[in-house]
Amino acid sequence: MELSRLPGFLLRRGVKAAIVILAIVVCNFLLIHAAPGDPASVIAGQSGAADERFLAQLREQFGLDKPLHVQLWIYLKGVLTLDLGFSHRQQQPVWTLISERLPATLLLTGAAFAFAITAGVTLGTLAARRVGTWADSVITVIALTFYATPLFWVGLMLVLFFSVWLEWLPSFGMATVGVELHGIDAALDLGKHLLLPALTLGLFYLAVYARLTRATMLEVADQDFVKTARAKGVPEGQVVRRHVLRNALLPVITFAGIQAGQLIGGSILVETVFAWPGIGRLAFDALLARDYAVLLGVFFCTSVMVVAFNLATDLLYAVVDPRVEVQG
Amino acid sequence: MSDFWRRFRRNRGAVVGLVVLVLVIAVAALAPVLYPGSPWDMATAPFVPPGEEGMLLGSDSLGRDVAAGIAHGARISLMVGAVSTVAALLIGVTLGAVAGYLGGVADDAVMRFTEFFQTIPSFVFAILLVAIFTPTIGSVVFAIAVVSWPPVARVVRAEFLSLRSREFVQAAEVLGKSRIAIVVTDILPNALSPIVVLSSLMVASAILLESALSFLGLGDPNLMTWGFLIGSGRSVIRLAWWMSVFPGLAIFVTVLALNLVGEGLSDALNPRLARQRGGAA
Repeated sequence: MELSRLPGFLLRRGVKAAIVILAIVVCNFLLIHAAPGDPASVIAGQSGAADERFLAQLREQFGLDKPLHVQLWIYLKGVLTLDLGFSHRQQQPVWTLISERLPATLLLTGAAFAFAITAGVTLGTLAARRVGTWADSVITVIALTFYATPLFWVGLMLVLFFSVWLEWLPSFGMATVGVELHGIDAALDLGKHLLLPALTLGLFYLAVYARLTRATMLEVADQDFVKTARAKGVPEGQVVRRHVLRNALLPVITFAGIQAGQLIGGSILVETVFAWPGIGRLAFDALLARDYAVLLGVFFCTSVMVVAFNLATDLLYAVVDPRVEVQG
Repeated sequence: MSDFWRRFRRNRGAVVGLVVLVLVIAVAALAPVLYPGSPWDMATAPFVPPGEEGMLLGSDSLGRDVAAGIAHGARISLMVGAVSTVAALLIGVTLGAVAGYLGGVADDAVMRFTEFFQTIPSFVFAILLVAIFTPTIGSVVFAIAVVSWPPVARVVRAEFLSLRSREFVQAAEVLGKSRIAIVVTDILPNALSPIVVLSSLMVASAILLESALSFLGLGDPNLMTWGFLIGSGRSVIRLAWWMSVFPGLAIFVTVLALNLVGEGLSDALNPRLARQRGGAA
């Protein structure tokens, strides 16, 4: 796409993203009011966590006696200034809790994503080049298997195998408890703790990307420009890498962008299984305590992350592929 | 019909899937006969390994029979999978039909709405819904339906877009049929095959979603589910592997069977596509 049209494109996508985020805030607001019982007790967290004085303070703070549209305005203003509410359970602002946990989640999802996309594209390419052979069948079966297996169960089985039976890898947390490590040792320790959770989260998406790569590669391989490349004597490896794979990767990138939300959702389960101290684990603890302010905050933040990721893939796509039409 | 069956049978995986699925349904239906009484009742000593003291798949931390839990859990899993898929189909088909048939502003509005639901992290949203509306079987079904309808709306819209300008629809319009009648009796029947294929995959993902919710403790507290069984086995996995291994296998086998049946349905309903793939799938 022409670079001169980039700012307009950026602006339109930005506006669209802003509308989505706004809709999410409104959605959160409606949920607070749709919940059975007093909205103040929903914000405070239920099952008797809050005393009367705190509830009265909340009612005043959120203007719960005022008309609904005024309340929405107050809520909106709060969220836009990163005031996601206060966790009465943890005695801390929700944003503080989330921002503390964010790096761990980004590390986990990032590692899982990198693993899934490299291994998935490699396996998919292998399967596409050997259509109908036993290697293709094996890869298809692996993909089908991980497609049908619950994420959290894969995690538990890996723990059972590698931590309980083989005792090779730690089964929970982010660092070894009770030892002080520095430099390379600390990084190695982190890597050991990261391995199983990232593998668990990545395996499902590996299956998805492998199937997708296989399908698109088979589609591209039939096209005329590939035949031309072969006809003019380009070596087979180069045909696959330069002509087929490059074109087949575009749908995979798009799909990865669409699936960003699922990856983050999956990290809640994986963090629960491995006690990984990210926002997924935070959400699970909030769930047990019925700490709705934190849950709503986690939903908001993960949604913003997804919107940002989609924006990034859109942009990457438009820059990489000149054929993409620049539309709002 | 016999043609359909012949094409379905050609996909061996689909036949295996169908057989497995029928077995799972049989276990679910016969659960009260096979394991009479409540699966929550203590049946033996705690942590009995599989195969000992008449416990086929072992017992859990409270001496409950894991096999009984799995059999009774099959009822809930299949039921939640089916009911939430029907609910999601109702939402998705309605919205997709409106968007595809009316086009214009209505199409735009519905598609933006669909995109919104596809953007938000659906699992986090489902957790939020169940947590706020308190975990009951009703709120679980509701949450799963709310996050699963967008693909249906998209598929139905695409089908309706291509069908609405065909001659038979124009003929019906000229005959003075009402719009609703055209949509329901003329267009919808012709758009059924992709909906059927999609719904078998949706039941599968609904079962996965339900198990994930109840693993996190968001299942109906009065109902035994596969996810709950795995969740309760998580903390004692060093002591009793069988508590989490077998319920997970049950989920895996059921979901795999549904996916295989879905592929078979796709082959049988789109014979051209199946031939193109050369039976390699």
